[in-house]
Amino acid sequence: MSMNRRSVVKAIAAGGALVGASVLMPRIAMAAWTTKAFEAEDQATAMNELLGGAAEESAEVTLKAPDIAENGAVVPVTVRSSMAGVESMSIFVENNPNPLVAEFMIPAGTDADVSTRLRMGKTSKVTAVVKANGKLYSASKEVKVTIGGCGG
Amino acid sequence: MAKGILKVKAKASGDKTKVKLMAKHIMESGQRKDKKTGELIPAKFLQELKVMHGGKEVFAANLGTAVSKNPYFAFNFAGGAKGDELTMTWVENSGATSTETAKVK
Repeated sequence: MSMNRRSVVKAIAAGGALVGASVLMPRIAMAAWTTKAFEAEDQATAMNELLGGAAEESAEVTLKAPDIAENGAVVPVTVRSSMAGVESMSIFVENNPNPLVAEFMIPAGTDADVSTRLRMGKTSKVTAVVKANGKLYSASKEVKVTIGGCGG
Repeated sequence: MAKGILKVKAKASGDKTKVKLMAKHIMESGQRKDKKTGELIPAKFLQELKVMHGGKEVFAANLGTAVSKNPYFAFNFAGGAKGDELTMTWVENSGATSTETAKVK
């Protein structure tokens, strides 16, 4: 038993520390800026790093975004949810160089209704992920971009 | 960064306070090239934003480079009355940080 424990401790101290940190970080330090998630280059990785899993589509998440964005540099987006116990809301743009746009923390007492403006490089699916009661729910919408917001 | 980059409109209505917040910031994405030298302009953007009301956090955001220039956020929170003070703290990726205040109208 004692040997077993020692080896476990050792493993964590060595290579496991990195894995452990990346798995536990988003949960322990909700408000910390997660470099891995923001610098991830595909949406699935970003979502995993930030929220620790994939989300399921839900009708209780509303994503309001234009069908056609004339200017990709400024795309107004509103995320809303009728669910109770919303902890955070995140926005992803699939075809951007770094899909994760922003994560909003919703403390108790604050409405799950946030508007912002984001940049889109090209036509892409925009996904809003709502974390409520420890589970992930999403809504997506395709937004056509006529002039990209990246590059310039 | 110059101080006072946030423009805040907070209005108490009923039992809620509606907040509209705009930061004057270039949000340089790190993807653009300098037209003269052809080199990438280093990223410079706001990473974190936190809004406090009466010692309680009412809104917090972690931002990436895909947030538009002069970022805008709108949200509502329960409570808050005319004359209350909101405290906003932001952190830039350069490490620069500042705290600003605004009154609820």
